[in-house]
Amino acid sequence: MNTQSAQSGNWSSRVKQKTLHLAYWTAAYLVTMAIGSFGPELIWSYNNIASIAAILLNALVGFGMIYANIQYLKEQDEMMQKIQLESMAISLGVGIVAGLSYSLADATNVISGDAEISFLVILISLTYLGSIFIKYRSLK
Amino acid sequence: MKNRLKVLRAERDWTQADLADALEVSRQTVNAIETGKYDPSLPLAFKMARLFDKRIEEIFQDEEGN
Repeated sequence: MNTQSAQSGNWSSRVKQKTLHLAYWTAAYLVTMAIGSFGPELIWSYNNIASIAAILLNALVGFGMIYANIQYLKEQDEMMQKIQLESMAISLGVGIVAGLSYSLADATNVISGDAEISFLVILISLTYLGSIFIKYRSLK
Repeated sequence: MKNRLKVLRAERDWTQADLADALEVSRQTVNAIETGKYDPSLPLAFKMARLFDKRIEEIFQDEEGN
Protein backbone atom coordinates (compact mmCIF):
# COMPACT_ATOMS: atom_id res chain seq x y z
CA MET A 1 0.00 0.00 0.00
CA ASN A 2 2.90 2.34 0.74
CA THR A 3 4.34 2.01 -2.77
CA GLN A 4 0.86 2.45 -4.22
CA SER A 5 0.28 5.51 -2.04
CA ALA A 6 3.53 6.99 -3.24
CA GLN A 7 2.50 6.36 -6.87
CA SER A 8 -0.94 7.87 -6.33
CA GLY A 9 0.60 10.75 -4.44
CA ASN A 10 2.26 11.45 -7.78
CA TRP A 11 -1.12 11.19 -9.51
CA SER A 12 -2.77 13.59 -7.05
CA SER A 13 0.05 16.08 -7.39
CA ARG A 14 -0.08 15.72 -11.20
CA VAL A 15 -3.82 16.50 -11.13
CA LYS A 16 -3.19 19.54 -8.93
CA GLN A 17 -0.38 20.67 -11.20
CA LYS A 18 -2.49 20.36 -14.37
CA THR A 19 -5.39 22.17 -12.66
CA LEU A 20 -3.04 25.01 -11.69
CA HIS A 21 -1.62 25.16 -15.24
CA LEU A 22 -5.16 25.43 -16.63
CA ALA A 23 -5.98 28.18 -14.12
CA TYR A 24 -2.84 30.13 -15.12
CA TRP A 25 -3.60 29.82 -18.83
CA THR A 26 -7.23 30.82 -18.29
CA ALA A 27 -6.14 33.87 -16.27
CA ALA A 28 -3.62 34.78 -18.98
CA TYR A 29 -6.34 34.41 -21.63
CA LEU A 30 -8.64 36.75 -19.67
CA VAL A 31 -5.84 39.30 -19.30
CA THR A 32 -4.97 39.24 -23.03
CA MET A 33 -8.70 39.45 -23.85
CA ALA A 34 -8.99 42.54 -21.63
CA ILE A 35 -5.89 44.05 -23.26
CA GLY A 36 -7.32 43.37 -26.72
CA SER A 37 -10.70 44.83 -25.75
CA PHE A 38 -9.68 47.94 -23.83
CA GLY A 39 -6.17 48.51 -25.24
CA PRO A 40 -7.24 50.31 -28.44
CA GLU A 41 -9.09 52.99 -26.50
CA LEU A 42 -7.04 53.24 -23.33
CA ILE A 43 -3.44 52.40 -24.36
CA TRP A 44 -2.59 52.63 -28.07
CA SER A 45 -5.25 54.97 -29.51
CA TYR A 46 -6.59 52.56 -32.13
CA ASN A 47 -3.20 51.85 -33.72
CA ASN A 48 -3.93 49.00 -36.13
CA ILE A 49 -0.61 47.17 -35.72
CA ALA A 50 -0.92 47.20 -31.93
CA SER A 51 -4.50 45.90 -32.19
CA ILE A 52 -3.46 43.07 -34.53
CA ALA A 53 -0.59 42.17 -32.19
CA ALA A 54 -2.98 42.11 -29.22
CA ILE A 55 -5.46 39.90 -31.11
CA LEU A 56 -2.69 37.51 -32.19
CA LEU A 57 -1.37 37.34 -28.63
CA ASN A 58 -4.88 36.62 -27.36
CA ALA A 59 -5.33 33.83 -29.94
CA LEU A 60 -1.91 32.31 -29.11
CA VAL A 61 -2.65 32.31 -25.38
CA GLY A 62 -6.07 30.84 -26.25
CA PHE A 63 -4.39 27.89 -27.99
CA GLY A 64 -2.16 27.50 -24.93
CA MET A 65 -5.30 27.38 -22.79
CA ILE A 66 -6.82 24.70 -25.05
CA TYR A 67 -3.63 22.62 -24.75
CA ALA A 68 -3.65 23.05 -20.95
CA ASN A 69 -7.29 21.94 -20.89
CA ILE A 70 -6.45 18.81 -22.91
CA GLN A 71 -3.63 17.98 -20.49
CA TYR A 72 -5.97 18.63 -17.55
CA LEU A 73 -8.64 16.29 -18.97
CA LYS A 74 -6.10 13.55 -19.69
CA GLU A 75 -5.02 13.59 -16.05
CA GLN A 76 -8.57 13.19 -14.70
CA ASP A 77 -9.82 9.75 -13.71
CA GLU A 78 -12.26 7.91 -15.95
CA MET A 79 -15.46 8.94 -14.15
CA MET A 80 -14.47 12.60 -14.19
CA GLN A 81 -13.56 12.31 -17.88
CA LYS A 82 -17.02 10.83 -18.54
CA ILE A 83 -18.70 13.71 -16.69
CA GLN A 84 -16.63 16.23 -18.64
CA LEU A 85 -17.29 14.54 -21.99
CA GLU A 86 -21.07 14.42 -21.47
CA SER A 87 -21.15 18.01 -20.21
CA MET A 88 -19.15 19.20 -23.21
CA ALA A 89 -21.45 17.31 -25.59
CA ILE A 90 -24.53 18.95 -24.04
CA SER A 91 -22.85 22.39 -24.12
CA LEU A 92 -21.86 21.94 -27.77
CA GLY A 93 -25.40 20.88 -28.72
CA VAL A 94 -27.02 23.74 -26.82
CA GLY A 95 -24.46 26.16 -28.26
CA ILE A 96 -25.13 25.14 -31.86
CA VAL A 97 -28.93 24.98 -31.60
CA ALA A 98 -29.35 28.14 -29.50
CA GLY A 99 -26.65 29.96 -31.48
CA LEU A 100 -28.27 29.25 -34.84
CA SER A 101 -31.74 30.17 -33.51
CA TYR A 102 -30.30 33.40 -32.12
CA SER A 103 -28.57 34.15 -35.43
CA LEU A 104 -31.79 33.40 -37.32
CA ALA A 105 -33.73 35.70 -34.98
CA ASP A 106 -31.21 38.43 -35.79
CA ALA A 107 -31.27 37.79 -39.56
CA THR A 108 -35.09 37.89 -39.67
CA ASN A 109 -35.23 40.95 -37.38
CA VAL A 110 -37.23 39.10 -34.76
CA ILE A 111 -34.90 40.64 -32.14
CA SER A 112 -34.28 44.39 -32.19
CA GLY A 113 -30.50 44.49 -31.61
CA ASP A 114 -27.60 42.61 -33.22
CA ALA A 115 -26.81 39.06 -32.09
CA GLU A 116 -23.86 39.27 -29.69
CA ILE A 117 -21.36 36.39 -29.42
CA SER A 118 -20.96 37.12 -25.69
CA PHE A 119 -24.51 35.89 -25.01
CA LEU A 120 -23.67 32.60 -26.70
CA VAL A 121 -20.43 32.24 -24.71
CA ILE A 122 -22.34 32.87 -21.46
CA LEU A 123 -25.01 30.32 -22.44
CA ILE A 124 -22.41 27.65 -23.31
CA SER A 125 -20.49 28.31 -20.08
CA LEU A 126 -23.61 28.13 -17.90
CA THR A 127 -24.79 24.96 -19.67
CA TYR A 128 -21.36 23.38 -19.16
CA LEU A 129 -21.23 24.31 -15.45
CA GLY A 130 -24.84 23.21 -14.88
CA SER A 131 -24.27 19.88 -16.62
CA ILE A 132 -21.13 19.15 -14.59
CA PHE A 133 -22.94 20.03 -11.36
CA ILE A 134 -25.99 17.85 -12.15
CA LYS A 135 -23.92 14.87 -13.34
CA TYR A 136 -21.56 15.12 -10.41
CA ARG A 137 -24.49 15.20 -7.95
CA SER A 138 -26.17 12.24 -9.65
CA LEU A 139 -23.06 10.08 -9.13
CA LYS A 140 -22.61 11.09 -5.49
CA MET B 1 -23.54 -4.36 -11.54
CA LYS B 2 -23.02 -5.30 -7.88
CA ASN B 3 -19.60 -5.30 -6.28
CA ARG B 4 -17.86 -6.25 -3.03
CA LEU B 5 -15.54 -3.28 -3.00
CA LYS B 6 -16.80 -1.87 0.27
CA VAL B 7 -16.41 -5.23 2.04
CA LEU B 8 -12.93 -5.84 0.61
CA ARG B 9 -11.90 -2.35 1.57
CA ALA B 10 -13.28 -2.73 5.11
CA GLU B 11 -11.46 -6.06 5.52
CA ARG B 12 -8.20 -4.23 4.93
CA ASP B 13 -9.26 -1.29 7.08
CA TRP B 14 -8.78 1.13 4.19
CA THR B 15 -10.70 4.35 3.80
CA GLN B 16 -12.20 5.37 0.46
CA ALA B 17 -9.37 7.88 0.18
CA ASP B 18 -6.77 5.11 0.70
CA LEU B 19 -8.35 3.01 -2.03
CA ALA B 20 -8.68 6.02 -4.33
CA ASP B 21 -4.98 6.77 -3.84
CA ALA B 22 -4.01 3.20 -4.64
CA LEU B 23 -6.17 3.14 -7.78
CA GLU B 24 -5.18 6.65 -8.88
CA VAL B 25 -8.77 7.83 -9.03
CA SER B 26 -10.71 10.38 -6.99
CA ARG B 27 -12.47 9.45 -3.74
CA GLN B 28 -15.76 10.41 -5.44
CA THR B 29 -15.13 7.76 -8.09
CA VAL B 30 -14.53 5.07 -5.45
CA ASN B 31 -17.73 6.13 -3.71
CA ALA B 32 -19.72 6.05 -6.98
CA ILE B 33 -18.40 2.55 -7.77
CA GLU B 34 -19.16 1.26 -4.26
CA THR B 35 -22.72 2.57 -4.39
CA GLY B 36 -23.23 1.07 -7.85
CA LYS B 37 -23.78 4.44 -9.52
CA TYR B 38 -20.77 4.07 -11.77
CA ASP B 39 -19.37 0.93 -13.40
CA PRO B 40 -15.59 1.03 -13.82
CA SER B 41 -13.82 0.33 -17.10
CA LEU B 42 -12.15 -3.03 -17.64
CA PRO B 43 -8.62 -1.65 -17.01
CA LEU B 44 -9.74 -0.15 -13.70
CA ALA B 45 -11.53 -3.38 -12.74
CA PHE B 46 -8.30 -5.32 -13.45
CA LYS B 47 -6.37 -2.82 -11.36
CA MET B 48 -8.77 -3.46 -8.47
CA ALA B 49 -8.44 -7.20 -8.94
CA ARG B 50 -4.64 -6.94 -8.77
CA LEU B 51 -4.83 -4.69 -5.72
CA PHE B 52 -7.09 -7.07 -3.78
CA ASP B 53 -5.43 -10.17 -5.26
CA LYS B 54 -8.81 -11.46 -6.50
CA ARG B 55 -10.35 -12.36 -9.82
CA ILE B 56 -12.64 -9.70 -11.34
CA GLU B 57 -15.71 -11.92 -10.90
CA GLU B 58 -14.88 -12.19 -7.20
CA ILE B 59 -15.27 -8.42 -6.93
CA PHE B 60 -18.00 -7.67 -9.49
CA GLN B 61 -21.21 -9.57 -10.16
CA ASP B 62 -23.48 -9.02 -13.12
CA GLU B 63 -26.98 -8.42 -11.73
CA GLU B 64 -28.69 -9.35 -15.01
CA GLY B 65 -26.97 -12.74 -15.05
CA ASN B 66 -28.22 -13.62 -11.55
